Amino acid sequence: MENLEKIPAVKMRDISKSFGTVLANDKVWLDIYRGEILALLGENGSGKTTLMNMLSGIYFPDEGQIFIDDKEVVIASPRDAFAHGIGMIHQHFKLVDVLTAAENIVLGLKEPGRLNIDKVAQKVRQICDAYGFDVDPYQKVYNMSVSQKQTVEIVKVLYRGADILILDEPTAVLTPQETDKLFAVLRNMRDAGKAIVIITHKMHEVMSLSDRVAILRHGQFVGDMPTKATTAQEMTNMMVGRPVSLNINRPDPVDPKPRIVVEGLTVRDIEGSVKLEDVNFTIRSGEILGVAGISGSGQKELLEAIAGLQVVEKGSIRYVDDQGHQEELVGKDPLEIAAKGVALSFVPEDRLGMGLVGSMDLTDNMMLRSFRKGHSLFANRKAPRELAERVVKELEVNTPGVSTPVRRLSGGNVQKVLVGREIASAPSVLLTAYAVRGLDINSSYTIYDLITKQKLAGVAVVYVGEDLDVLLELCDRILVLCGGKVSGIVEGRGASKPQVGMMMTHLGGKTNA
Amino acid sequence: MHKNHTAPLFHITKRKTLPWYQAWLIRGAAIVLALLADAVVTTVLTGENPVAVYATMFSGALGTKRRIWMTAQELAILLCVSLAVTPAFKMRFWNVGGEGQILAGGLATASCMILLGDKLPGWLLLTVMLVCSLAAGALWGAIPAIFKAKWNTNETLFTLMMNYVATQLVAFFVIVWETPKGSGTIGIINQKTQAGWLPTLLGQKYLLNILVVAVLTVLMYFYLSRSKQGYEISVVGESERTARYVGIKVGRVIVRTMLLSGAICGLAGFLLVGGTDHTINTTLAGGRGFTAVMVAWLAKFNPIIMILTSLLLVFLSRGAGEISTKFGLNHAFGDILTGIILFFIIGSEFFITYKLSLSKGAKKEG
Amino acid sequence: MFDFISFFPRAVMQSIPLLYGATGETLTEKSGNLNLGIPGIMYVGAICGVIGAFFYEQAVPAEQMNAILAVLIPMLCCLAGSALMGLLYCFLTVTLRANQNVTGLAMTTFGVGFGNFFGGSLIKISGADVPSIALSATSGFFAKKLPLAETTGWFGKLFLSYGFLAYLAIVIALGASYFLKRTRLGLQLRAVGENPATADAAGIDIGRYKYVATTVGSMIAGLGGLYYVMDYANGVWSNNAFGDRGWLAIALVIFTIWRPNVGILSSILFGGLYILYLFIPTGTFMAMKELYKMLPYLVTIVVLVITSMRNKREDQPPESLGKPYFREER
Repeated sequence: MENLEKIPAVKMRDISKSFGTVLANDKVWLDIYRGEILALLGENGSGKTTLMNMLSGIYFPDEGQIFIDDKEVVIASPRDAFAHGIGMIHQHFKLVDVLTAAENIVLGLKEPGRLNIDKVAQKVRQICDAYGFDVDPYQKVYNMSVSQKQTVEIVKVLYRGADILILDEPTAVLTPQETDKLFAVLRNMRDAGKAIVIITHKMHEVMSLSDRVAILRHGQFVGDMPTKATTAQEMTNMMVGRPVSLNINRPDPVDPKPRIVVEGLTVRDIEGSVKLEDVNFTIRSGEILGVAGISGSGQKELLEAIAGLQVVEKGSIRYVDDQGHQEELVGKDPLEIAAKGVALSFVPEDRLGMGLVGSMDLTDNMMLRSFRKGHSLFANRKAPRELAERVVKELEVNTPGVSTPVRRLSGGNVQKVLVGREIASAPSVLLTAYAVRGLDINSSYTIYDLITKQKLAGVAVVYVGEDLDVLLELCDRILVLCGGKVSGIVEGRGASKPQVGMMMTHLGGKTNA
Repeated sequence: MHKNHTAPLFHITKRKTLPWYQAWLIRGAAIVLALLADAVVTTVLTGENPVAVYATMFSGALGTKRRIWMTAQELAILLCVSLAVTPAFKMRFWNVGGEGQILAGGLATASCMILLGDKLPGWLLLTVMLVCSLAAGALWGAIPAIFKAKWNTNETLFTLMMNYVATQLVAFFVIVWETPKGSGTIGIINQKTQAGWLPTLLGQKYLLNILVVAVLTVLMYFYLSRSKQGYEISVVGESERTARYVGIKVGRVIVRTMLLSGAICGLAGFLLVGGTDHTINTTLAGGRGFTAVMVAWLAKFNPIIMILTSLLLVFLSRGAGEISTKFGLNHAFGDILTGIILFFIIGSEFFITYKLSLSKGAKKEG
Repeated sequence: MFDFISFFPRAVMQSIPLLYGATGETLTEKSGNLNLGIPGIMYVGAICGVIGAFFYEQAVPAEQMNAILAVLIPMLCCLAGSALMGLLYCFLTVTLRANQNVTGLAMTTFGVGFGNFFGGSLIKISGADVPSIALSATSGFFAKKLPLAETTGWFGKLFLSYGFLAYLAIVIALGASYFLKRTRLGLQLRAVGENPATADAAGIDIGRYKYVATTVGSMIAGLGGLYYVMDYANGVWSNNAFGDRGWLAIALVIFTIWRPNVGILSSILFGGLYILYLFIPTGTFMAMKELYKMLPYLVTIVVLVITSMRNKREDQPPESLGKPYFREER
């Protein structure tokens, strides 16, 4: 291989980093070459971002060495990283909203002489022309779309003379067209001799873009190889460590009847961009409806719209009770929905920022749903405490007691508390978003089990997930979202992963090319 | 990493949570250190030895029966204002408008005394005074809250400005009602009839105020820790998103809480004007609206602990007053001592929240 | 008749302390620090200047005083005192991550107390043999008008009849404005106040910017106190005379929507509103004067409300104003 003769632009050796008791990176080795796009592949929580953050100076490794062009270096701050030509484009953009593109681009730079924004703008235009970007240097960041902001981020690191670029899940927030544009630019940069790393867990991006792929699993380096020499199956196996067979128990749906009918749902975010467009589907009792889609395809807005937390522009969401009586949910807040007798539970994606209050203990968190009960001025704490104790016992929550702030529990235990509370109210509809994200295998199966039990009890369950294997084995039907539109609804039994994966990226699952 | 010069020397991490007694031990240590620093400052300025300094302070605050009553009265009023601002702070609403809300309440009380003093029977007058002062304080608190709830207007700056609007309003009415003309003061209101004066209990002028605030303290404790509204306040303060998620109407909670906060400040104004001063001027609040922010914060918003923190501040200011009198120094001396204590306690919170350790890299080198 | 020629200079003299305070606080707030200790710091600045001048006047007979020393000593004392206050604020809020509001209020308690205490006890402590603090000799140097002030008629009265600190205030405000808008450091300072996590990732030392901006801001604010006592009050210290001008300065920051150059004219407007009651005939109804004094605060509230309603991004307070920044928490 030609790489054997080349000197790696970056060599990382035996890099370890832990956060508290969690070992995020364990003696990781990684080589990055110029003129090559490296895909850093791994599941969520496998330590990809942590590893790259150490290269870009955000974190400092506990152990290990980093070599740039075969010289050992210390990268203790982002400034050190720039000095070595390393630039990272973070998933959450690091831009100051009230400044212009050009101002953001020179931020933190120690250029000689006085600040001359016009000169900066000129240089920005040169970079844009060289690689095919489209940026207005004088535009304020708060006026920009997500993809424009990402472009500013990329130009920013190029302006700093970076020739080692790291992109953390750059396509998560982009439309397919924007993704294509980005990939074209990345290829241009590779051809200009830059080293490019893209962090991803999407197989098709790896296949279409990268020259080489390196795989992390549970914080450890599993291996790397040229993309041409491998297959998606082999990479998946390396990522998850075993051929995927989850064996999730999936009983047949129980007497499925329409429970929530969504028609023509259109939602815009605060900035006015369309998040959901003309969405139609039905949620049935006694079955699990999976929702698949690349992240940011409107999953969050969909659930929040049903839960009464999202302003709906058009369309209707009707709840159908056992007698066939219908209730419109659009325009009602959570309290009004509950007042109509709709028992709706919602396990949101952001557990500690939305579902629970981190600084409150288990009892007080249980109270979030029940504190209004009764006419007394004072809240009943006895019932929530009993509920907390029951959840701790039945779901085997690992906690010193019910008076412990939930922030101090591990991710899996936090989720058990949240799901336990939401199930306790005997819902007729249960919405879950990324219910097993960041959880270990055992906790994940506990959650699958709980959800399936709800289905057997006749609850209409919505399961928004990111792991296709789980969706395919857990859900009765799968709704696939693509860019805020319904790409299709497939039966969980018999659907194939490539089929769903294709629907996620192409409306209707067909490539017309 | 051998050549690691740039790794930071200290590593600062958030502590899990300190047991409560350790946290209070740290705060206690800070207070002791601060008292030592105060003693040094006092000694330098007066030449008195530190022990004698604190003996003087002690006698100034608690030396005679009268002084004890005075201290208790001061404590009660400061505590009342602190209780008032606490619900707002628990909601992360920075109400630094206590001054204005006290003045609004005091002004309402004084207007009732002046305008209705000879028109209503005593009990009715007192009721009207109370209702008006609560309403005025509540109004003064609610105005910034409404804008915060609706347009997210910065409440710190808004409540701050409201203080001076209230001050000028009081200054206006002081001139309108000044007696005798040209004196620039209102003088004692209803000196002869004593109409609208709060009754003295057991011959003690201050007892009623103290009792009212004592009851209020207990009520506030239960309101915050046991009531549904108190719970809503905590949820809104900790996470607005969670509050919306469970259907709490955040804007309504903000306005409701500030109505309460302002009303209690108004009550403080009522107690001051109706109970002790029987007059009003622009310095009625005497900085208590600001001091209360610190009292509440030092007590971690626990009403019972606020009794202690307000006692500390009142003790300091009254004790320092005695020192200034004794040594012919300015009375502002108390503010210096108070300031020093505050700095120490404010600084000590860091050591409760964070753990300071030598970083790993530095250890290896050493 | 409204006598503009005599009104304007008085409005300007009222405005200078506000302008200093507002410029200092704007710089501070641009770093994300909401320093409510500014009123205290202005007291400290004033009294430190007074102490410096007091000892110089005690040591040297009035006729032998050196003009440069007489100005320099109080100024340096003032700058040193207010810088220490700024450092204290930073130590507590940046290094020890304390709550900004609580720290600021404590500093105001301390600072006002400090000023009044030394103002009221300086003579006793120093054992000097004077009845009151009246630094007329020093004040003479500070309040010296520009050379042509008396001979150029209305022009001189309106524009030339102020002490050098008044012109310095305008120069500093313009300088601060230029600094924030046009220089690299100013750009980075704004980034720190808007989004410290981003600034940090760009390699900007957040702590250092906050320290420097807040300390320099405090020093500028301190000069406002010095101007008040040395020029406006003719060197006479009386307790609490400075009043609530510190808070008015904070109001001015909001009124100018964080633009120091706007502060020059706005402060004169505020100063004018502050003394308008002296010039508007109220007849026998003297109380109206007190309502006029309310105007600066009312217009500030109106500006605050309007900017939040319009929600225009450029007119908002710095995004991270009042919030602590701790890298590991991002």
